[in-house]
Amino acid sequence: MSRIKIPIGPQHPALKEPENFQLALEGERIMEAGMRLGYNHRGMEKACEQRSYIQDIYLLERVCGICSHSHSTCFVQAVEEIAGLQITPRAAYIRVLIGELERIHSHMLWFGVAAHEVGFDTLLMYSWRDREIVMDLLAEISGNRVNYAINTIGGVRRDITPELSARIAQGIDRLEERTKYYIQVATEEATLIARLSKVGFLSKQDALALGAIGPTGRASAVDSDTRRDDPYAVYNELAFKVITDEHCDVYGRTLVRLGELMETYKIIRQVLERLPEGPLTVKAPRKIPAGEAFSRYEAPRGEDVHYVRSNGTEKPERVKVRAPTLANLASVAKMLENNYLADAPIIIAAIDPCFSCTDRALVLKEANGRNRRSMEWDALRTYGIEWHRRRGIDFAGAGKRLLKLMEGH
Amino acid sequence: MTKEEEISGRILAQFPFLDGKTRVQRARRIWVETPGDKFDGVLNWLVDKEAFNNLCTITGQDEGEVFSITYHLARKDGIVLNLKVMVARQKPEWKSVASWFPGCVNYEREIAGLFGVQFANLPPGPRYPLPDDWPEGEYPLRKDWKQENPDGENK
Repeated sequence: MSRIKIPIGPQHPALKEPENFQLALEGERIMEAGMRLGYNHRGMEKACEQRSYIQDIYLLERVCGICSHSHSTCFVQAVEEIAGLQITPRAAYIRVLIGELERIHSHMLWFGVAAHEVGFDTLLMYSWRDREIVMDLLAEISGNRVNYAINTIGGVRRDITPELSARIAQGIDRLEERTKYYIQVATEEATLIARLSKVGFLSKQDALALGAIGPTGRASAVDSDTRRDDPYAVYNELAFKVITDEHCDVYGRTLVRLGELMETYKIIRQVLERLPEGPLTVKAPRKIPAGEAFSRYEAPRGEDVHYVRSNGTEKPERVKVRAPTLANLASVAKMLENNYLADAPIIIAAIDPCFSCTDRALVLKEANGRNRRSMEWDALRTYGIEWHRRRGIDFAGAGKRLLKLMEGH
Repeated sequence: MTKEEEISGRILAQFPFLDGKTRVQRARRIWVETPGDKFDGVLNWLVDKEAFNNLCTITGQDEGEVFSITYHLARKDGIVLNLKVMVARQKPEWKSVASWFPGCVNYEREIAGLFGVQFANLPPGPRYPLPDDWPEGEYPLRKDWKQENPDGENK
């Protein structure tokens, strides 16, 4: 059977963010997958070198709309290590609290997207309705549904009052009850199980070789979680299980995330019970002494890592960000192989990809590097057609055949 | 003696030339700077004998006369070893670690695109993360590359 190569993206109804996949098909089956990333590159690492450490917190928080707290925590942890700052226990507990609320927000959002991708929109409506509980809590704590601006160098910027703590506990009870219902759906609803099982298979061996992390790795039986393995903040004082699964497919990735939600509720209850008294911040210098640090953080999608190098001034010498999706994308090509084209959206969605995180700029310049330009719609369309044609994908023939058919009628 | 110091001791016993180039920063963080011609042997040993078999990412840096490339290698017990090599600015050529870590390709393409370091044996594929029409010879993370503001003047 001859192979047909089809492009999906960078703009496509099945994808929520701009990326390009090139799938080589034999019939309906994907034989090979290639990808092109970078449509969201915003030049943040360069921008960090031109801004102060405090400004960088707010910039890096915008690497991602969902994992905003993950990136800012990962960054401030590195800066605090270089500066030799020890944050107060209360600040560390509040960082964990926001981080875990963010995980609920992210996992419930993912669960809804996954349900939508397989045509189970009732479940999407349910999970996104319930996700509003945690969004409201985050808004109440920080004033924002996303980009909570909790972190600063040397601690946190917002406190948790006893009243707020009680409302969080109430919200967690309700979310736990709803998650139990979702676990029941995921383990009993035959259509959902059939739709997700054996789709997007990634063996443990491949997951390890390709560096799959977070729920993607754990659903392929890779027992790793930065919160346990390289604990930060106060995770070494908290009891929780690392959820793994042996299905190695999209179904396994669903079970892992639902299981993790239950562990997250446990963690939040421990935090609320033990939240120590004390100040929120320690004094941090404006200029950070020369040094370097490598910081790791278990974001909802997997391990987030930042490398920071300081030069003794108020601006960093280098900030390097590696968001979880970039680590997981190497596995996606493997997961797509031997699957049906119709399963491509859920397979891609199952790593919970975040391309804005991964790419972090777009400046269009003329080839001489001087003039900027914007494109009119027709020019953009022509550019798109030419771009694909240079890669051997040409729809001109199909267009002509269609025209002929229409003329025939 | 801590676990990290033991690892550091074994590294020095195996590779005496790394004396003065190996540093235990804190629990679970070790830094090693290796000469480029010894890189393969050191990396091989760290992966095979010390089980640093998870490549978290690779960081490129402009350090003036040289570009440094740091491999952040993690292992199951949470210890991270940051292995650094220097590549001359005049001849920015290095090699891919794809034979050890097949997932490294995007990390290496990123350094190739943003610093202009060429990686030998890097599997063919599209550039990342800069757009297709990004001008040749401009590497934005080099320190001498200045961002233009929308009026076309340098900031």
